[in-house]
Amino acid sequence: MVNHPAVGAMRVALLLGLLMAAWVLWSGQFLPLLLTLGAFSCLLTVYLTRRMGYFDNEVFALRFGVRLFSYWAWLSREVLRSSLEVARVVLDPRLPISPQTIEIKATASHPVDQAILGNSITLTPGTLALDVHRGKIQVHCLTQAGAADLMSGEMDRRVAALRQD
Amino acid sequence: MYYVVTIATLATMALALARALLGPSVYDRVLAANMFGTKTVLLLSVIAFLYGRPDFLDLALAYALINFIGVLAILEFIRRRADTDSVDNGSGY
Amino acid sequence: MALLLDIASWALLSIGGAFVFIGGVGALRMPDFYTRIHAASLTDTMGAVLVIFGIMLQAGLSLATVKLAAILLFLLLTSPTASNALASAALLAGLRPSGEVATDEEQST
Repeated sequence: MVNHPAVGAMRVALLLGLLMAAWVLWSGQFLPLLLTLGAFSCLLTVYLTRRMGYFDNEVFALRFGVRLFSYWAWLSREVLRSSLEVARVVLDPRLPISPQTIEIKATASHPVDQAILGNSITLTPGTLALDVHRGKIQVHCLTQAGAADLMSGEMDRRVAALRQD
Repeated sequence: MYYVVTIATLATMALALARALLGPSVYDRVLAANMFGTKTVLLLSVIAFLYGRPDFLDLALAYALINFIGVLAILEFIRRRADTDSVDNGSGY
Repeated sequence: MALLLDIASWALLSIGGAFVFIGGVGALRMPDFYTRIHAASLTDTMGAVLVIFGIMLQAGLSLATVKLAAILLFLLLTSPTASNALASAALLAGLRPSGEVATDEEQST
């Protein structure tokens, strides 16, 4: 991973700013004591985060912002569609489920991308990521239709496209 | 109009509680507890507006945090326990 | 305008409430553990999103909306993580999902 010191310092500053904004937003008070406590806890959090090695790895950076938003829009449509499907299945008196476990390929190799793919699969009702290893994701599906949807590999392609420049 | 959501959420919490009591495996119970927790977050958010007390939103957020950490902690506890007892805990207690 | 907002928010809230309730019913009706997770995730995604959007419309542009957005974002980030942890813990403990195993080997993408 490319890790320029200046980039690291910028990310520390970014996190610190974000935490302080959150503190002020939530407390909504500007007494010196509370502000000092806030500054102290923000600094402590940043220190602990640094110790945990968070800044050593390149994570999913904000430069993918626009693409991430269009991915979210697509994911919302998928979630809506499969929610209606699962709701229909639950309300059907015959309970027409066909639970099955499938294995799909994760084209994206970066751990963060694989986490995004796995979480997207789980977030969509009717599909549940069980395990990831060696570029394969094991998925439990509630219905045949959900499994077929995932097998088409569109989600995998879209996640892989997030990082391409 | 908030009453509809409040009642639906409370009913779901009762259903989750029923699942937690029925089990049968310990994972079903953890799932039900997690569901109960997220429904509590929704309920708190709705109640904040039902009674016009926005400070309930802070409670909702705190509850969301505690619920998530709690579920992970319970899972870790079960795993350790299963390791030390070296029994297959599929069928709960 | 206010009436329109009220109607939209009422619709979101009641549909969200319906999804929450359906998910609860599903968690009770489904036959085994892994299928129950699917029902529970229905309440976590659609239910939570619709209900919180419904309340947001009532709150308008205020600090409450920002807090609600934070709650929603947090729920959407953590609920799949919790489900994953739950499912993989159950899998490790030897709770087998029912149904056959298939792969996508046959199709090359």
